[in-house]
Amino acid sequence: MGSQGGFGQSKEFLDLVKSIGEARSKSEEDRIILGEIETLKRRIVEPDIPKRKMKEYIIRLVYVEMLGHDASFGYIHAVKMTHDDSLLLKRTGYLAVTLFLNEDHDLIILIVNTIQKDLRSDNYLVVCAALNAVCRLINEETIPAVLPQVVELLGHAKEAVRKKAIMALHRFYQKSPASVLHLISNFRKTLCDKDPGVMGATLCPLFDLVTVDVKSHKDLVISFISILKQVAEKRLPKSYEYHQMPAPFIQIKLLKILALLGSGDKQASEQMYTVLGDIFKKSDTLINIGNAVLYECICCVSCIYPNPKLLDTAADAISKFLKSDHNLKYMGIDALGRLIKISPDIAEQHQLAVIDCLEDPDDTLKRKTFELLYKMTKSSNVEVIVNRMIDYMISINDNHYKTEIASRCVELAEQFAPSNHWFIQTMNKVFEHAGDLVNIKVAHNLMRLIAEGFGEDDDNADSQLRSSAVESYLRIIAEPKLPSVFLQVICWVLGEYGTADGKYSASYITGKLCDVAEAYSNDETVKAYAITALMKLYAYEIAAGRKVDILPECQSLIEELSASHSTDLQQRAYELQALIGLDARAVETVMPSDASCEDIEIDKSLSFLNHYVQESVEKGAQPYIPESERTGMLNTSSFRNEDHHEASMHGLRFEAYDLPKPVVPSKSPVTYTPSTELVPVPEPSYSREVHTSTAVPSISSSGSTELKLRLDGVQKKWGRPNYSSGSTSTSESSSQKTVNGVAQTESVSTSTSRAQATSSFDLKKPQVEISPEKQRLAASLFGGPSKTDKRPTSSSHKVVKSSSHTTERPPAAKPVDASEKSTPVQPPPDLLDLGEPTVTSSAPLIDPFKQLEGLLDQGENVSVPNHGAVNATKPPEIMSLYVEIAASGQSGGVVNPIPTNGDDLLSGLSGGSIKTAAPGGAAGSPSLSKGPSLKDSLEKDALVRQMGVTPTSQNPNLFKDLLG
Amino acid sequence: MIHFVLLISRQGKVRLTKWYSPYSQKERTKVIREISGLMLHRGPKLCNFVEWGGLKVVYKRYASLYFCMCIDPEDNELETLEVIHHFVEILDRYFGSVCELDLIFNFHKAYYILDELVIAGEIQESSKKTVARLISAQDSLVEAAKEEASSISNIIAQATK
Repeated sequence: MGSQGGFGQSKEFLDLVKSIGEARSKSEEDRIILGEIETLKRRIVEPDIPKRKMKEYIIRLVYVEMLGHDASFGYIHAVKMTHDDSLLLKRTGYLAVTLFLNEDHDLIILIVNTIQKDLRSDNYLVVCAALNAVCRLINEETIPAVLPQVVELLGHAKEAVRKKAIMALHRFYQKSPASVLHLISNFRKTLCDKDPGVMGATLCPLFDLVTVDVKSHKDLVISFISILKQVAEKRLPKSYEYHQMPAPFIQIKLLKILALLGSGDKQASEQMYTVLGDIFKKSDTLINIGNAVLYECICCVSCIYPNPKLLDTAADAISKFLKSDHNLKYMGIDALGRLIKISPDIAEQHQLAVIDCLEDPDDTLKRKTFELLYKMTKSSNVEVIVNRMIDYMISINDNHYKTEIASRCVELAEQFAPSNHWFIQTMNKVFEHAGDLVNIKVAHNLMRLIAEGFGEDDDNADSQLRSSAVESYLRIIAEPKLPSVFLQVICWVLGEYGTADGKYSASYITGKLCDVAEAYSNDETVKAYAITALMKLYAYEIAAGRKVDILPECQSLIEELSASHSTDLQQRAYELQALIGLDARAVETVMPSDASCEDIEIDKSLSFLNHYVQESVEKGAQPYIPESERTGMLNTSSFRNEDHHEASMHGLRFEAYDLPKPVVPSKSPVTYTPSTELVPVPEPSYSREVHTSTAVPSISSSGSTELKLRLDGVQKKWGRPNYSSGSTSTSESSSQKTVNGVAQTESVSTSTSRAQATSSFDLKKPQVEISPEKQRLAASLFGGPSKTDKRPTSSSHKVVKSSSHTTERPPAAKPVDASEKSTPVQPPPDLLDLGEPTVTSSAPLIDPFKQLEGLLDQGENVSVPNHGAVNATKPPEIMSLYVEIAASGQSGGVVNPIPTNGDDLLSGLSGGSIKTAAPGGAAGSPSLSKGPSLKDSLEKDALVRQMGVTPTSQNPNLFKDLLG
Repeated sequence: MIHFVLLISRQGKVRLTKWYSPYSQKERTKVIREISGLMLHRGPKLCNFVEWGGLKVVYKRYASLYFCMCIDPEDNELETLEVIHHFVEILDRYFGSVCELDLIFNFHKAYYILDELVIAGEIQESSKKTVARLISAQDSLVEAAKEEASSISNIIAQATK
């Protein structure tokens, strides 16, 4: 169809593409492209280039840009091309500019006028091309220029135009919500459009609107439900069906919206139950898209007000997912994580599947499983989960994910830590391996925790915590290349508590601190922490009346720092020197021991200066006038502010200027101020805009944005002062306590129901052959709180549980302990004879694939000798990409059920004929693999050969059809 | 929302790129390098999804060509997988059993098709028929324009003789 009549380009361009295709390395490719850039630079500025030639140059520019090179020299020509009258050229021009330019590019301003003109065109295709460009190129500043026209297009006769206009408005909403807020009613209107495509497009902006503000859209629940019902009942035109599913993309969007609307709203949710149940029933689980809808249904059910029946259905669907291929397992784990919030006991049915996923070689699946574990962590399984997470964290290189998992470890440890000691150990590990990635706040939190203890009124426990921290830090400190954040924590803790328990002498610890400062001499923050720690240690020594003997290396460090380039370090060094010279009483006042949590009282009114002020006033100095009383000055300054702001906000205008009218300048700020207190968008002016769409609205809208902006600035500058920092630390610690308490009660209350669940599960368990290690893991992850459990594995639970609440025993030994105990009491093998059907979670799944693979392998082996040398170039990877499609074919009866050959896997889609012959499409003769469109491909091949593009061994796959 | 669409061959060559979120040229090169590294080295039986820098990459291999879309973490991966397949089916219908070469030499046409399917990072039309109709309308208009142009130039050429 489209490709007929050749590729429509000149030999030159085809040669370029061909040579790129044959390039052996990236550098070779770059060289070719650089040559091409030179050619184009030269050619494109020649005078009187024919338009068709120019069009080709532009397309070549697109190609250059696509391959990652800079084609900015040609942007202006693409812009020029959008001005052209012929649609052919205009379309190319628009395509090029949408690919070249980001919305903040300087050239955009040259296109706006063309877009405005094209939006008014009679030809709907021109309007469509312009709307495409609008979606990509219009930025916040230029929205007012096109907004009225786009709104007008919502009533266009062609549905394609209406659809694109909606998407453009959606884009505007994302760019600047205020600009289209007045158009919400239009979206509601287009939701009832007779064209399903327009309705489907409207769901995008509505989804965003509902996300922001659920309440004001509650009345739409009924409409959405009835649309969804109609879609599910196949009332939409046949062309919206996708693999026999009625408009699945629209269904998914609707389900997303309903999930938002039904969240926490019993009444709205009840209306949804029927239709959700229907969709659950109707979704075809054998095809991918059916599962996509099903997954969205589960998400919806887990969001809205819970319904036991639907939750059961959802749980069934999840268990099906977990028994399927990798993609579905992934979705199943994700869905499980959502459902677990409502019914926490559901995870237990799937514990072995979850553990399989955790040990899967696929990183994606593993990470998803960690996410699930993170969601189901409680105080009984926190140790196992966090240890697993840390092990994984150490093993990966991806910094982004490392950061994420580290912060999760920290969060879980802070929330559920069974003992102080474990907490410190865990934090040490996290800092050691991902210290540079975690937020500095985490470090501050840790310091605070060590200083305050866990909030219990047990000083003994607190000091134990501290000395264990000090001990562990002294052990770690010698290791090379510790992250800076971790070193800061270490220095601080050593400074505060290094000598507190009297175990270590001051000189020992100061020596260690000097080593740190020396080893990390490039890190000024660490050095600052180190020298402050030294100061504290010396201060405590002096205050305690002991003689301070400063080690020679400390002395040299202090001297070095007092000559440092950093004024901060200098000051710290001088302060230290000054402090050492003071007597014991003074030192104790300046540096009290363990006072980091004491509140420091600040005399905000600076009363100690009163005497000095008095004296100065008496001497004739000007008295201080508080800011609030300086009325006259304030007015002028605000005036100036406004003027300045207006000047800076003076953007480009796309409309004709107003007729001059008498303006009273002094009044303008007065009239503006009331509107700033209201919602930033003055409603009446906008409604005017909808009807008239003249020059007036854009001005008023720009005025309102100005107002809004100014308001922001004012709030930032003059907003309420934030002095609450002193009180936050205490309130935080108390809230943490309550969190702990809640979590514990929760686990207790659910323990009974969980026990039942496990008992029903454990009946089946012994029949499945699972490695004892996995079982142990499962037990420690899932079975924590089930005290009533009497099965063999429960002994390990108990150990874990009981030990998790004792603080004396070293936690590092706990898991080992537990596992040792559970090993001898493994479920005896004779339980296997219970006669119930044994269902292993993984084995039957893998088998059919293996068989298929075997088939494929055989097919390959046979085919290779047949085709001889030509076939040797064919890589085996093409096979079985489409196993799931093939599987779906079995139900639909469209696709060849047995994927005997990778090339033919999708043949059903194009032809429907079953081809088992001609395995292994030979690289040199693509026609072999094409089957139904033999002639087509022969032509293509001939054409390609004419063009001089000969398939080489580097790209043997070029000639294979993507879709079989 | 879809942040970008990439088509990369098995050899790591870029066949098509479309960016819906702003990325500078430098970032684009980096993104392509990272993603092709991630994607091409994954085994055949793993998930079609990869987490990447806080976003998710959904990819699928068709013969020697990888189609890949990058989406937000809260988006539905299976749906995106089907959006890819939907795109491929439309391409297949348009080009008549599409192969990689079609896309190499007609990448601008693939862009036009993608523009009808996905706009501003959202799927705008889920009916294959509608997309096909729009594209063929544009094509026929282009053909008409071509003929017109050539006839005018003929007239001019004759007149100036």
